[in-house]
Amino acid sequence: WWSSDSFEVRQYVVQVIFSVTFAFSCTMFELIIFEILGVLNSSSRYFHWKLNLCVILLILVFMVPFYIGYFVVSNIRLLHRQKLLFACVVWLTFMYFFWKLGDPFPILSPKHGILSIEQLISRVGVIGVTLMALLSGFGAVNCPYTYMSYFLRNVTDADILALERRLLQTMDMIVSKKKRIAVAHRTMFQRGEVHNRPTGFWGMIKSVTTSVPGSENLSLIQQEVDALEELSRQLFLETADLHATKERIEYSKTFQGKYFNFLGYFFSIYCVWKIFMATINIVFDRVGKTDPVTRGIEITVNYLGIQFDVKFWSQHISFILVGIIIVTSIRGLLITLTKFFYAISSSKSSNVIVLLLAQIMGMYFVSSVLLIRMSMPPEYRTIITEVLGELQFNFYHRWFDVIFLVSALLSPVLWILATTLS
Amino acid sequence: MAALDRVKVLVLGDSGVGKSSLVHLLCHNQVLGNPSWTVGCSVDVRIHDYKEGTPEEKTYYIELWDVGGSVGSATSVKSTRAVFYNLLNGIILVHDLTNKKSSQNLYRWSLEALNRDVAPTGVLVTNGDYDREQFSDNQIPLLVIGTKLDQIPETKRNEVLTRTAFLAEDFNAEEINLDCTNPRYLAAGSSNAVKLSRFFDKVIEKRYFLRDGNQIPGFSERKRFGGGTLKSLHYD
Repeated sequence: WWSSDSFEVRQYVVQVIFSVTFAFSCTMFELIIFEILGVLNSSSRYFHWKLNLCVILLILVFMVPFYIGYFVVSNIRLLHRQKLLFACVVWLTFMYFFWKLGDPFPILSPKHGILSIEQLISRVGVIGVTLMALLSGFGAVNCPYTYMSYFLRNVTDADILALERRLLQTMDMIVSKKKRIAVAHRTMFQRGEVHNRPTGFWGMIKSVTTSVPGSENLSLIQQEVDALEELSRQLFLETADLHATKERIEYSKTFQGKYFNFLGYFFSIYCVWKIFMATINIVFDRVGKTDPVTRGIEITVNYLGIQFDVKFWSQHISFILVGIIIVTSIRGLLITLTKFFYAISSSKSSNVIVLLLAQIMGMYFVSSVLLIRMSMPPEYRTIITEVLGELQFNFYHRWFDVIFLVSALLSPVLWILATTLS
Repeated sequence: MAALDRVKVLVLGDSGVGKSSLVHLLCHNQVLGNPSWTVGCSVDVRIHDYKEGTPEEKTYYIELWDVGGSVGSATSVKSTRAVFYNLLNGIILVHDLTNKKSSQNLYRWSLEALNRDVAPTGVLVTNGDYDREQFSDNQIPLLVIGTKLDQIPETKRNEVLTRTAFLAEDFNAEEINLDCTNPRYLAAGSSNAVKLSRFFDKVIEKRYFLRDGNQIPGFSERKRFGGGTLKSLHYD
């Protein structure tokens, strides 16, 4: 899927890196599931965690940035000779900024050494959490807009036809003007007036006094053509927009469409609730102490008076919940990355883009492990706390809430700006 | 100069293969200085002397419509593009010699343009399967052009050229391989220039000289009438 239709990712190493990053990220999630289900011996789980973490950090901090630097440098023709040297330079710059990232954030206790896992994870965590929060905030606002058909303008076939007619008329006007220019050029060429524009100092003086009669008209026509071409591009984009809206309207009338519309309402309520909770968390300066599963069970036990085996149910429910969170976040991320890739890739930079996407994906997954800790009951949290070391987890949650809120509030503003400016 | 008659040729191919550079080269005999992403469709005009050098020489305008986009776009984008496929007289299929995928996508491009349904909003009817017979019966002249020839190393050149020869044969079309940044490939008198000239002559012939009550059918009609020679009039 990630090797897009038109552009090949030619280098074998890029494909390998992306696959390896994805594989190890998924293994981390598997380990969480194993933790909940109690599969494998606990010490062997711990070992696998550590191993996995080391490999992922190695890839994210050393390999991928180096290869990104290498491919960017190989695209620039000037530096072709000393590819490796410049790639190392780029990597060192990256490491410098990566290290500096730790300064403004209160994420470490001072007793950690320089080259410990905690140092690296904390920084990776900051970047990843920022990414997650940005995506979630944007998603929280975009999702109701996409799913609900309430926002769809009504588009009729007549609208589309009218716009298409205008587009074709504009194209015809462009064609007729270009014909005039072509004819004029040809006559000039045949008459031997092959010069385009007088050059040099004397040429400029000459052009002031004697002007070729056709050429002023030509430049005027050329300007008209440029303006018309700009208009045709606008009309094309508008037509494409109308077609897309019409397709969405038709889709919303189908069974699937109605189902998604219904889901959309639920999602919007959920998104609004999330934004609300984020605000409350920040304003009242609290971080959730208990996870949703235990709280849910507490509520059912206390208020509804239903007695059941807390341990047994909490394990299964948290498994399902965590599973859903993992699957939806992986799916959401991959879809977003694919769209992004299609939108911005070109045949030159596809390698760099895939590596960037691998980097983003790896960081995203590492920090989701960090954050998922909050959704799990305490007995399962311990392994993550042990493995990741003593990070200030509360900071990360607070940071997530802040960025989430900012992103959720800014996205409609940016969207409106974008649509009014274009 | 007498009013020159009108002929429309589509230039199709994946993004980034060099269609805009090619069109600029064909129309202005100059290399395009700053190629950039084509949004929508850009048109350019080439003045062509039909049957050059003979007493029947006549000058025609050939409009080259360079439609941008990717073959895997959403249906709504394809429907938008379909508005440009009206009344076409010829198709130039452009692919990148260094990119195999772009050559394979030509099949889908040609089907997209040739199978255009006549419904008002341009919804495509067929399922897009490639069928060799369609191209042998096709009335619209095709030309296959491979770009970025200079980027193929000498050792691989034969292999690439064999592959493209098969491709052109599938389309029942001639092929030209060139580098859009070098005008000498289309220099007057070279075999490429001759092929180009022949292609445009064929387009003009099909447009103006086979109009004896017959008309070039769309593919959907072909399928309905079982591939017979029955053609109906709705052109022009």
